[in-house]
Amino acid sequence: MPTATTALPSFDDVIARFDPVMGMEVHVELGTVTKMFCGCSTEFGAEPNTQVCPTCLGLPGSLPVVNRTAVESAMRIGLALNCHIAEYCRFARKNYFYPDMPKNFQISQYDEPIAFDGWTEVTVDTDDGPRVVPIGIERAHMEEDTGKSLHVGGSTGRIHGASHSLLDYNRAGIPLIEIVTKPIEVEAALAPAVARAYVTELRELVRALGVSEARMELGQMRCDANVSLRPRGTTTFGTRSETKNVNSLRSVERAVTYEIRRHAAVLDAGEPVVQETRHWHEDTGETTAGRTKEEAEDYRYFPEPDLVPLAPSREWVEELRGTLPEPPAARRARLQGEWGFTDLEMRDVVNAGAMGLVEETVTAGSDPAGAKKWWLGEIARTANERGAELDQVGITPQQVARVQELIGAGTLNDKLARQVVEGVLAGEGSPDEVIEARGLAVVSDDAALGAAVDDAIAAMPDAAEKVRGGNMGPVGALIGSVMKATQGQADAQRVRELILQRLGE
Amino acid sequence: MSSISRDEVAHLARLARLELEPDELDHLAGQLDQIIGAVGQVSQVAADDIPPTSHALPITNVFRDDVRRPCLSSEAALSGAPEAEEGRFRVPQILGEEQ
Repeated sequence: MPTATTALPSFDDVIARFDPVMGMEVHVELGTVTKMFCGCSTEFGAEPNTQVCPTCLGLPGSLPVVNRTAVESAMRIGLALNCHIAEYCRFARKNYFYPDMPKNFQISQYDEPIAFDGWTEVTVDTDDGPRVVPIGIERAHMEEDTGKSLHVGGSTGRIHGASHSLLDYNRAGIPLIEIVTKPIEVEAALAPAVARAYVTELRELVRALGVSEARMELGQMRCDANVSLRPRGTTTFGTRSETKNVNSLRSVERAVTYEIRRHAAVLDAGEPVVQETRHWHEDTGETTAGRTKEEAEDYRYFPEPDLVPLAPSREWVEELRGTLPEPPAARRARLQGEWGFTDLEMRDVVNAGAMGLVEETVTAGSDPAGAKKWWLGEIARTANERGAELDQVGITPQQVARVQELIGAGTLNDKLARQVVEGVLAGEGSPDEVIEARGLAVVSDDAALGAAVDDAIAAMPDAAEKVRGGNMGPVGALIGSVMKATQGQADAQRVRELILQRLGE
Repeated sequence: MSSISRDEVAHLARLARLELEPDELDHLAGQLDQIIGAVGQVSQVAADDIPPTSHALPITNVFRDDVRRPCLSSEAALSGAPEAEEGRFRVPQILGEEQ
């Protein structure tokens, strides 16, 4: 089996010959105050094993009690994904021996998920413009998160070669919603973008619902991507692989691309694709084999005897439906109208995951175009370089709005504004602090500017003469000369006025 | 006619992380067979209109509010652990398992 990317056929080659089928499984950690089945805090970052109790430690005699808010959040997610809400459903015990669950089982749901049979849609870019792709939702069910393992004695914290492991159960029992799609069949070229757009959409949706911050870098949202391939023109689904640990939006797209190419290489070699779990490696951009299906556990699910069934009344369901926020697609359409963006501009904003940030920036006083320019320009570049999310690079919508305000007031020109944003991103403080520390304000003092303008006119007599004669072409060169002399700190508009004043007389 | 095979008992033992000798497998297969047979009698009287019972009490929707309750201290939580290290439960090598 090929292991190096160089041995794989190119994506363009593969999509000309094969069609992928994808299935996405996304786990969302709910932002409830307490765990799914006990009153322990869910706050992130506490000292190990300080947010645990007999229930989440699985001590004898303890009994779980369901968190009402978690159930409501699960139902609201289901409703927002246009799912049916079960009239009756039970929790189930998923039995396995692994130290991340001290009970030796995880309470989950099996054949009776709280929400099922829904849909959502995503928008992706194609050569023919934006395309809306419907995504079927198979189910959304409730379960509890596992503890965190620390593997000791091996290299770089890996389980292989570790001498022993250390367990922190603070995370064990935090409510998780697992959302599973129906098979996604879309033309091959779009598959990776659709996978990414879907996860982006889910993230937006749970944030809009206020049920989770869905910070992927904190593990609050985790994605498994199932991929299979079949030769174009055939109808039987190929054997699938399930890639785990795909925990950033960019990784979703890369992992799906990689798996499509890897499957093609296996099929091209006349070998069968092995049904297996694969692990995504962010650093190498590759997946490696995990356990195969034959070794997969036999979980022996059975109805959880310690919890009574759920039977949400239809009144309760309708009440929750009434609390749903504006659906993402409707919100996009509304904001696009308010901002006056073209389809392409809006698509760029959405694909960058910047819609909420642009909205907040506009709310903080910026014009929409200015807000978009920063979030999709300097800030996106920095986020890319650092492999971070836009809202994690160290600049807030309010700060971006402040920069735009200073541009509007003539305190900053574009060049200086870029330096200010760069300074904020580098952690040098707020825009005003960066301006102060770096001495970046525009030179608008007419006396100082006037001297620079006179120098420029003296240095470029030919240009000056032409402008005097009514030929405005060389004005740019004169302005450029002044900007150079003032190291870019002049207000270009004011410089132009001063030049014309002098040469017009 | 036995309803559980020796192989199935061996499989269950492996899932339960029990090491059983061959004669124990035979012994337990017989015993489990009797238990399954006894439980199986229910199916003789349960008509199609009687759904399988998972819960004895006819109640649903038992919830608690999303309100914090006191947790154990780390010391208390770890006090029953065979081994602890750095405030965490120490467990033996997990070996070839994947996670």
